[in-house]
Amino acid sequence: MVQNMVETVIGSGIGERIPRVSEWKRFRRVFLGRVLVILGMIVIALFIFMAIFAPLLAPYAPEDMDLSNVLQKPSGAHWLGTDQLGRDTLSRIIYGSRTSLVIGLSVVGISCVVGMTLGLLAGYYGGWTRNIIMRLIDALMAFPMILLALVISALLGNGMRNVIIALSVAMVPGYARFMCGQVLWVKENDYVLACRSMGARNMRIMLRHVVPNCLPPLIVLITMMLGSVILAEAGLSFLGIGIIPPTPAWGSMVNDGRLYLPTLPILSIAPGFAVMLVVFAFNMVGDGLRDALDPRLRGTI
Amino acid sequence: MLTFIIRRLLLSVVVLFIVTIVVFAGMRMLPGDPIRMLIPATEQSDLTEQQIIELKHQFGLDRPVIVQYINWIGGLLHGDMGVSIQRRAPVAQEIMRRLPITLYLGLTAFVVGTVLGIPAGVLCAVRRQKWIDTLITTLSNIGITMPIFWLGIIMIYFFSLYLKWLPVAGYTSPFTDFWLSTKQLVMPVICLAVFPLSSMARQTRSSMLEVMQQDYIRTAWSKGLTERVIIIRHALKNGLIPVVTLAGLGLSMIIGGSVIIETIYNIPGIGRLIISSTINHDYPYVQGVILIVAVFIMFVNLLVDLAYGWLDPRIRYS
Repeated sequence: MVQNMVETVIGSGIGERIPRVSEWKRFRRVFLGRVLVILGMIVIALFIFMAIFAPLLAPYAPEDMDLSNVLQKPSGAHWLGTDQLGRDTLSRIIYGSRTSLVIGLSVVGISCVVGMTLGLLAGYYGGWTRNIIMRLIDALMAFPMILLALVISALLGNGMRNVIIALSVAMVPGYARFMCGQVLWVKENDYVLACRSMGARNMRIMLRHVVPNCLPPLIVLITMMLGSVILAEAGLSFLGIGIIPPTPAWGSMVNDGRLYLPTLPILSIAPGFAVMLVVFAFNMVGDGLRDALDPRLRGTI
Repeated sequence: MLTFIIRRLLLSVVVLFIVTIVVFAGMRMLPGDPIRMLIPATEQSDLTEQQIIELKHQFGLDRPVIVQYINWIGGLLHGDMGVSIQRRAPVAQEIMRRLPITLYLGLTAFVVGTVLGIPAGVLCAVRRQKWIDTLITTLSNIGITMPIFWLGIIMIYFFSLYLKWLPVAGYTSPFTDFWLSTKQLVMPVICLAVFPLSSMARQTRSSMLEVMQQDYIRTAWSKGLTERVIIIRHALKNGLIPVVTLAGLGLSMIIGGSVIIETIYNIPGIGRLIISSTINHDYPYVQGVILIVAVFIMFVNLLVDLAYGWLDPRIRYS
């Protein structure tokens, strides 16, 4: 998936500058022009709202067990029923959004900064710097992302911090390769040459000119990456690696509910649906951003 | 062309070499000890330090990392991947027993995804903005974001528990009981095929839409060719170029997904081996499996690059 996004984003390129006002208007028109994108924005807003205000929204504490009320069917008191320990499923889903959001944001933040820096150095300096960095990235890319995260995470042991480390390492190659490709393209522009001829230092050229010109497609990549990180984290916790109960995580909830599938399928289905909805939303918004930022597609979509 | 293949192979060898170093050093730098995982925690206090040292010696874990690495690489060149710490069995043998299962499952899923995904994308492009396009586009957008563990569980609920059409889980070799084996494979294959299918349908649609606007397609129309001929003979070959990249990605996702799917459906393939051996810090297994996966994916990427040249002779290998 990561590579897919990288390909689509790289393929886009950035067009010539158009006056700022019309640019923004056009962006807004294209971006908000699709129902699915608006729906995606709403889902993401709700998701973030839910994560921030979880204690106010959740009817019960997520780790509170009530052994006299185990495996309840959905009712007025427990809208989505209770699990095998009598914990309220809805409350656990609401708190689970915190786990997803925190992990999603930290992983995207860390891997983006590290990956971008590596890609920038590799693309800008070229030669041996690029060879060493990119061969290392190639080595990491020889594994499916989820597999890399799984192995690192399982070796490090469970816990939020370790999952974040594992997923960040797994995500770095995508950013690095993307950024390297972008920089190679951007640095051929005349304005970079102009800067250099005026005596600008490498650092200044990179930060003031190369990075800003790589940003638009990077924003698209980040949006989509948020979705894939959340998906990957859910996959790991489903396998019992990373975030394990009693901490609420959507993936592990799906797995817990598996045993009660014949009698109480909602235990597995509800948290899985939450994962899908959020990932879908991030992907749709990413798609929308790409269409809006990508001049090549102007007028066609 | 030949120079390109040789260069790519040499580059692959370099990358594989880096892979072995990263994996080997990485596993030993991270916390955890395979010997401690071998013995139940309750018995660990009974073991003297001497016994633990002896066990370590037995598996060669007391030697310097660099010596262990050289031994491992030396073994690899002879097809020997070492001995499992947990099972005390040769790693290569176990991997060879499980690999065909994962490959059978994965390649079936890949074929299903390709055979359905590309025509679905073409259909969308041809019937742009008609109901069938909206339907397939929406489904494929859902497909690329679907958590496969969730899909797997929903299918078990629906097809096995509710409709009672398919067995809940399990694996039987197609050579012992073909019908049972196929019934057991339906759900895992669907789960694994969803991503390649959806991503290929999406990509085929958008690249076909682009190709259909090219001048040579207009020329073909004006020559009076039928839609069928134009799409199959003229548009598809160019439209497929970006899709080929996804083939490599799809296979990589299938390998990753098989870790989850083999757990859900209780299939004794490579994927489950990765989980159990990583949790147990069984170094030889993890190293072996990861190496096999890396070789496989790099081979697929090489094929993808070669397919580019076949589909688009304008691409020059340099």
